[in-house]
Amino acid sequence: MARAISPRRKAFFTLIGWTIGLAIFFPILWTFLTSFKTEGEAIASPPSLLFFDWTTENYSEVQSRSDYFKHAMNSVVISFGSTILGLLIAIPSAWAMAFSPTKRTKDILMWMLSTKMLPPVGVLVPIYLIFRDWNLLDTRLGLTIVMTLINLPIIVWMLYTYFKEIPGDILEAARMDGASLAKEIVYVLAPMAVPGIASTMLLNIILAWNEAFWTLNLSAAKAAPLTAFIASYSSPEGLFWAKLSAASTLAIAPILVLGWFSQRQLVRGLTFGAVK
Amino acid sequence: MGSIRLENVSKSFGEATVIPSLDLDIEDGEFVVFVGPSGCGKSTLLRLIAGLEDVSGGRILIDGNEVTDTPPAKRRLAMVFQSYALYPHMSVRGNIAFPLKMAGEDKAVIDKKVGDAARVLNLTDYLDRKPRQLSGGQRQRVAIGRAIVREPTAFLFDEPLSNLDAALRVNMRLEISELHQQLATTMIYVTHDQVEAMTMADKIVVLNAGRIEQVGSPLELYRNPKNLFVAGFIGSPKMNFINGATAKGHDAATIGVRPEHIALSTSEGLWKGTVGVAEHLGSDTFLHISTEGVGNVTARVGGEFSVRHGDTVYLTPEDGKIHRFDADGKAL
Repeated sequence: MARAISPRRKAFFTLIGWTIGLAIFFPILWTFLTSFKTEGEAIASPPSLLFFDWTTENYSEVQSRSDYFKHAMNSVVISFGSTILGLLIAIPSAWAMAFSPTKRTKDILMWMLSTKMLPPVGVLVPIYLIFRDWNLLDTRLGLTIVMTLINLPIIVWMLYTYFKEIPGDILEAARMDGASLAKEIVYVLAPMAVPGIASTMLLNIILAWNEAFWTLNLSAAKAAPLTAFIASYSSPEGLFWAKLSAASTLAIAPILVLGWFSQRQLVRGLTFGAVK
Repeated sequence: MGSIRLENVSKSFGEATVIPSLDLDIEDGEFVVFVGPSGCGKSTLLRLIAGLEDVSGGRILIDGNEVTDTPPAKRRLAMVFQSYALYPHMSVRGNIAFPLKMAGEDKAVIDKKVGDAARVLNLTDYLDRKPRQLSGGQRQRVAIGRAIVREPTAFLFDEPLSNLDAALRVNMRLEISELHQQLATTMIYVTHDQVEAMTMADKIVVLNAGRIEQVGSPLELYRNPKNLFVAGFIGSPKMNFINGATAKGHDAATIGVRPEHIALSTSEGLWKGTVGVAEHLGSDTFLHISTEGVGNVTARVGGEFSVRHGDTVYLTPEDGKIHRFDADGKAL
């Protein structure tokens, strides 16, 4: 049912909407602008918003000081790799829990989530020691594994909720129609589950891309992803404000582009089930 | 061929026994309706036959072959679900063709069979639509189309009309009955609606709490219900049950009289009562009468009967139409 909305009311809420939107976006905009300033202008007070000498020297300096593409490649390998690995584990397990639940299913789900309630730093030492002994420190493989493990509970939860939404009747209908388990999965379940899997994948890539605690602690140079690349510019001494901004802009750019292109899928995925 | 035989079939979910051991024979080509109140186990029984649930005990035979441990895909049965259970990502054509595709039929054969089914079910113009673009009745026809193309040994219907509105329900009821006459294939139909059961069935199986209360043709059940449950469940409006002195007079713990077997008069009769609610349907009049010494009685008169709330009427049950039951509810 349409409610009558007066133009004034509409203008008011539009204004509020834009204000909140811009407030949320402002830090990113500010980082972006700062990355084009000189170090001096970056910390100038009062700051200048747009009227400064635009320069790209931060970007070239950042690239020459620390190889952006090497870090970016590490980020890609770790985030995509851990997502694929995670999905390979999570799809069958979420499947089993959604379609053949037992009395313990809820407990298992809760238990998995509970691992996310522990502060990561609580297990840093044992994991660091294991990584050291297994020669996984500062390797892409090691970071991929740890990223898979920390995000696995979230992937399983998301997929579980998506799979739950697929009506059991339809799968039973496929069975009655003579479909074997393999055909049931290929022809009926997969097409219905793809949107859910896709948005889980996107979210997980973003989470893994931005994860900083483990990547900073378990990598040094070889396998360091973009998070470590940014962190190397946050220094207690010297003027690195503009370079830090340039590094951050470079680090978030790929994921921002990915998010932009997939926003419809992402929003649909994240609100799936909430609105039928 | 499509005879189905259940031997000592039982089903429990954990501690809860849904169906204690039961036997049932369904002949080839019969239209059998499982009817009973919600939770009586009728859908579970159907799902056991389909193979969607495993039996806890007993055997199921189709055409004399044991299928107790055969997966649903191999039982050659087709099922129509209450929710239609269409594949949302496939067109109507894709939905109807799906079982044929699974059976590995030739593309030409599939096209022909889908075309034929669509013609029978008036779906030809909708073949390229997705299920979400169809009305409830059309969706149900697609589900039926999907079932008939594979030429199964038997059709299983799980409350297929419950999601449709009343007018459409009557139409689809006729369509399914016609389909049964055309195909002459065994059909098992689950419903809680006794009108559907009475109008469609060759044989009705009345279930209550997982037990079979009575099996018989619609009129057999109507005329000779074996117990109070069947007597009360079959027939609309419900049979009147009368206890106490009136029943004692007939040498029974309870007597039952159907509303249509009570003669009404404004001047004289056996029981005197006051009209509570009068429902005038035009073709019939249903009167809810509070009767002295007998209790509340519903009576049905053909055509119009001009009485109103508070009027006095006299009721006389027809001779030979009084059902007698003992203290355990069994018919005498």
